[in-house]
Amino acid sequence: MASGKTLTISLMDPPYESETTTTVLRIIDAALRRGHNVNVFAYEGAVALPLKTQAAHPNPVKGTTAEEQHHPTTSGFISALFEAARAGGAKLDWVNCGLCVDERGATDWIEGVRRGGPADFVKMAQESTNTLVIGTR
Amino acid sequence: MAHYLLIESRDPYEYGDPAQFADLALDLAEAGNQVTFFLIQNGVLVTRKGAKAATLEKLRNKVTVLADEFSLRERGIKPDRLASGVRTSHVDQLVDMLMADGCKAVWH
Amino acid sequence: MARYLSVVERAYHGTLEEQDDTILWVNHMFKNAGADVSLLLRSNAVNYAVKGQDASGLTFGKAALDVPPTIDHDVEELIKAGASIYAVEEDLADRGIDKSELIAGVKVVGRREVAKLFDQHDQIWHW
Repeated sequence: MASGKTLTISLMDPPYESETTTTVLRIIDAALRRGHNVNVFAYEGAVALPLKTQAAHPNPVKGTTAEEQHHPTTSGFISALFEAARAGGAKLDWVNCGLCVDERGATDWIEGVRRGGPADFVKMAQESTNTLVIGTR
Repeated sequence: MAHYLLIESRDPYEYGDPAQFADLALDLAEAGNQVTFFLIQNGVLVTRKGAKAATLEKLRNKVTVLADEFSLRERGIKPDRLASGVRTSHVDQLVDMLMADGCKAVWH
Repeated sequence: MARYLSVVERAYHGTLEEQDDTILWVNHMFKNAGADVSLLLRSNAVNYAVKGQDASGLTFGKAALDVPPTIDHDVEELIKAGASIYAVEEDLADRGIDKSELIAGVKVVGRREVAKLFDQHDQIWHW
C-alpha cells in the first residue's frame, strides 16, 4: 500500500566498483516494499548503472558458463526495481544527469530512466520526505 | 532537536575520516540531538570483539549504534562475536528511520 | 525555504578530466536552480580554499588539456553567487595551510563547531 512518502537518493558510483551501489539498490528495494516512492538522481559514474548494453559473462576461474554463473547486471536489478514499484503501486523515478551521460557516452539505458540535471535533484529534494546524498571515494 | 541518522560505510583502517565522523556524532548528541550511528559495508569491521575500534569505544553508551545484519554476515561476523553496545539492524529499519519525521540523514 | 549544507570531503578526484570539481560544480548548479545551499570543505577538500591552484600545461601526445580546472576561481564564483563556504580549521592546520593562503570570503570553523553548522541547516548532503 502506498505510504504517500518519497525518498530521494543521489548516488555517484559506477557499476562494479563499490559496495555502495548494492547498498543503494537494497535501500531502494526496501523503500519500495514499504510503499514509499523513490527518486534517484544518478550523477557522474552512476549514469552507467542502467545501461541496457551490459551483458553477463562466464567465469573462467570457476569454469561456469554465462548461464550457470548468472552474473548480475546493475541494469537488470534496476529493471526489476521498476517492476517492483509498478507492482506495489509506488513510483520509482530514475534521472540520469545529462552532461554526465554525454561525457561518458552512456546513452543507451533501460526503459523507465530519464535524462535530467541538477535542477531535477533540487526539485526532488524540495518535494521529498527525506533526501540521502551518497558521494563517492 | 533533530534525529541524526549518521550512516558510516567506511572503516578506520583504510580511511582516517571515520574517527572524525564519530566525534561529530558525539558533538551532535552533546548538543541535545538524538543520534543513531548506523554501520554498514566496511563500517561494520569495527564491530568484531577484539577489533581495534577506538571509534566504537567512543560511541558506546553515548549514541545508538546499529550494524547492518547483511554487512556483518557478508564479513563472517557472527552474533556471538559482536562487540557489546552494538545492535544488529537491517536496511528495512534504516528506511523506516529515513522516512520518519525530523530525520537528518548523513552518509559517510 | 529549506537550507542545505553540502559537505565536500574528497579532492582532486577526476578534476582534470572534468575541468572542475564535480561537487563544487553541481552545488553551483543547485544554487542557480534556487536552492539555499552552503558548503563545508573538510578533509582534503580544504585545499580547494587555497589561492593560486594551477593545473595548466598538461599534454598527452599532441592532445592538450587547454582548458584546465580553476578550482580556486570556482570557489570565488560560488562565494560571489551568495553561497557561504566554510573550511574546517584543524583540517587546514593538519595540511599546513595558513589562513593567509585562503581565498577571501572563506569562513574558517573549528571542528567542534561543525555540529552547530549541521543544526543550522535542514538537510546535510555529504558528498
